[in-house]
Amino acid sequence: MSRGIVLYLHVHQPWRVKPYTVFNTGNDHEYFNATAGDVDNAFIMRKVAEKSYRPMNALLLEMLQTHPEFKVSLSITGTFIEQARLYTPDVIDSFKALVDTGRVEIVAETYYHSLAFFYSREEFERQVKAHEDLILETFSVKPGVFRNTELSYTNSLAKWAEDAGYKGILCEGWDPILGWRSPNHVYRPAGTKNIGLLMKNYRLSDDLAFRFSNRAWEGWPLNTTTYTDWLNTALDGTEGKIINLFMDYETFGEHQWEDTGIFDFMRALPGEWLKNENNTFYTTSEAIDAHQAADVVDVPGVITWADTERDLTAWLGNAMQQEALKYLYELQDDILRSGDDGLINDWRRLQTSDHVYYMCTKWSKDGDVHAYFSPYDSPYDAFLYFMNALRDVRYRLSAHKQHHFTLENSIV
Amino acid sequence: MLGWELPPHNSGGLGVACYYLAKALARQGAEIEFVLPYSAHHPDTEFMNIHSVTDIEPSGRDKSGSFNDIFGAYEASGFAASGSGIFALQQKYSKFAIELVEKSQPSVIHAHDWLTLSAGVAAKEATGVPLVVHVHATEFERAGGGNGNPIVHEIEQEGLMRADRIIAVSNLTRQIIINRYGIPADKVEVSHNGFDLASLGAYTYDNATYTYLEHLKGEGYMVIGTVGRLTLMKGLVQFLHAAKRASEKYDRLAFLVAGDGEQRDQLIELAAELGIADKVFFTGFVRGKQWRDAYSVSDVFVMNSSAEPFGLTALEAAHHDNALIISKQSGVGEVLRSVLRTDYWDTDRLADEIVGLATSKTLLDSLRTDVRNEYARISWDDVAQNCLGIYGSTQQRTAREKVFA
Repeated sequence: MSRGIVLYLHVHQPWRVKPYTVFNTGNDHEYFNATAGDVDNAFIMRKVAEKSYRPMNALLLEMLQTHPEFKVSLSITGTFIEQARLYTPDVIDSFKALVDTGRVEIVAETYYHSLAFFYSREEFERQVKAHEDLILETFSVKPGVFRNTELSYTNSLAKWAEDAGYKGILCEGWDPILGWRSPNHVYRPAGTKNIGLLMKNYRLSDDLAFRFSNRAWEGWPLNTTTYTDWLNTALDGTEGKIINLFMDYETFGEHQWEDTGIFDFMRALPGEWLKNENNTFYTTSEAIDAHQAADVVDVPGVITWADTERDLTAWLGNAMQQEALKYLYELQDDILRSGDDGLINDWRRLQTSDHVYYMCTKWSKDGDVHAYFSPYDSPYDAFLYFMNALRDVRYRLSAHKQHHFTLENSIV
Repeated sequence: MLGWELPPHNSGGLGVACYYLAKALARQGAEIEFVLPYSAHHPDTEFMNIHSVTDIEPSGRDKSGSFNDIFGAYEASGFAASGSGIFALQQKYSKFAIELVEKSQPSVIHAHDWLTLSAGVAAKEATGVPLVVHVHATEFERAGGGNGNPIVHEIEQEGLMRADRIIAVSNLTRQIIINRYGIPADKVEVSHNGFDLASLGAYTYDNATYTYLEHLKGEGYMVIGTVGRLTLMKGLVQFLHAAKRASEKYDRLAFLVAGDGEQRDQLIELAAELGIADKVFFTGFVRGKQWRDAYSVSDVFVMNSSAEPFGLTALEAAHHDNALIISKQSGVGEVLRSVLRTDYWDTDRLADEIVGLATSKTLLDSLRTDVRNEYARISWDDVAQNCLGIYGSTQQRTAREKVFA
């Protein structure tokens, strides 16, 4: 079988909470409607569409038309699709055009880009189902491969995915897990029978996602010839079958601006890669179909694709983050029982992992300020706004309870 | 009178105290030349002449519009101030004070706190006019039990030694001046701050300001409030620990922390670490309606300062119908009887008192009612009268010293 690049891009925008104070709580039930500043969701969506989604989708379509072998996989969150529909509907159309080529696979995940798997299995499953429905409605396809938020992964998630009928699942190709093994093969998660595991080649992925524009990097400026050389060498040295290039979609145009040359680099990459006739591209499903699992990979703990620790500490590392999600998930049963769609929707939007990420204080310890971009003045502000919004959710909830109480009483 | 700030450009209680003291003094016939380091309009100050040392205008950057912000926060615990413009400004202030005293020939120079102390001493040395120093807080108190800034200490030490008379706002502060600065006891008088009811103005409570807290009260919660700068001397770390202990005993408690300050982030994180983040409400800086409604929405007001020379906010809280818990380290406790007292470090006791109030409506109501009768008697006119008496005896004493010299 041919050796292939598995290019997988993650598309996401959260519903950012506006500066929501004690004085809003109980008075204002709109948490996501900032009309100015760094939390103006409409403004951000339009800006990123201009810089990234439109030019990159145009480029991907061009690459698909130019190279019949080119494939790409995308995971697109529900919160992204909601905002794109509202603020930049043409972006949805351009994604549809990609999917309609038949060579762009959509990967499954939670609708709300949440950490629900670690808090409520039932809620997690509801969000996966909601995402599947939305993808089917929007793109007329049903995903066959699963990725969890921030590529968080553990054995029990793989088992769940297999039981849910997925043929594949994605995770980080983290050295302490792989040991002497290379990420350039399909693997089988411990405790599963059929599902395939694709592990991110983080070195070659991060060359594009993080290092591409770094002038202090010895590889700068990176051209397609050199990079293709690295890709081929990586496979030659490991007898590898696949190179899993996993990254945020917004790498193209937003994290790496157009003037870094990232678009031209990508435009030239397939041609260069395909010069070797053994080389091709795979979607995530195709990679799993095409190759046998090389070994079993055991991940009893939780890994993610974030930070040097590759764990969840950027989301759950401090007491504020833990408190925020504890209080949020405590409301689950009451919220669902309320039957109030608006309330349920807001509660779910607050589950998006970005909210707790903005509360991360790890930067203050390792001094790496830039690693934790946040639209707020500080993690403490992010926490207060979130908590105040959460209290307002409680406030709305209690109005329902009183209503139900009155109804029950009147029936008696 | 040498001041540093006046409302509405004040960052704290000093400006408020200066304003009402000056107003009460004027009512009793005193003529006042009031010196400020900055230029701004101050409404309702026609009873005195205001002199500005510089053309600098108060910062509009934060909501307070307070003058001190121009120089960045003065850090009580560090040396941050030494490199900033604040000392240069004090020198300008001194020069200005000397010229003004020479020109206007007052019978006494009344200086407030360390920021104006050097100017007071310089003007006294240059003109021979007696110097009365009014101590609203010493550096020991601002540092919340720590040592504070040594440069500030030096200015205070020098100023207190050279002052002819010293007015302390409480016995606590007087003892610090005597014990830690070695000032002879007979040079230091106590004059507790006053409280001007009219200063608060007409007001109707708006229960929509803190809608969610009102909602919780409807569900049987008691609201425990504290208002002031989020700074070490306010004992807020201990307050949060007590909140945690109290919440273990009684689950319908909400804690309103109104104000801003350098401890803010630490306190937010501490509330989360203690697992009570949903019970603690941080408002940020509050003014006007939000500020007064913070008192009104509260049932109990806690002043848990580790070092509070006076503590005007406790009287404001009493006026808004709060039961008071006041640390033994807060001067305002010297003038109120119908309050619960506790050591600021005794978190178990504070927790016990909070639970006691939450579980006994009788206790809560009697504290509320009784303290109202007490604070209403505290008047700035009494403080002004004290000051005039001190001015008079100071002039006599310095005159006598001059004769004997």
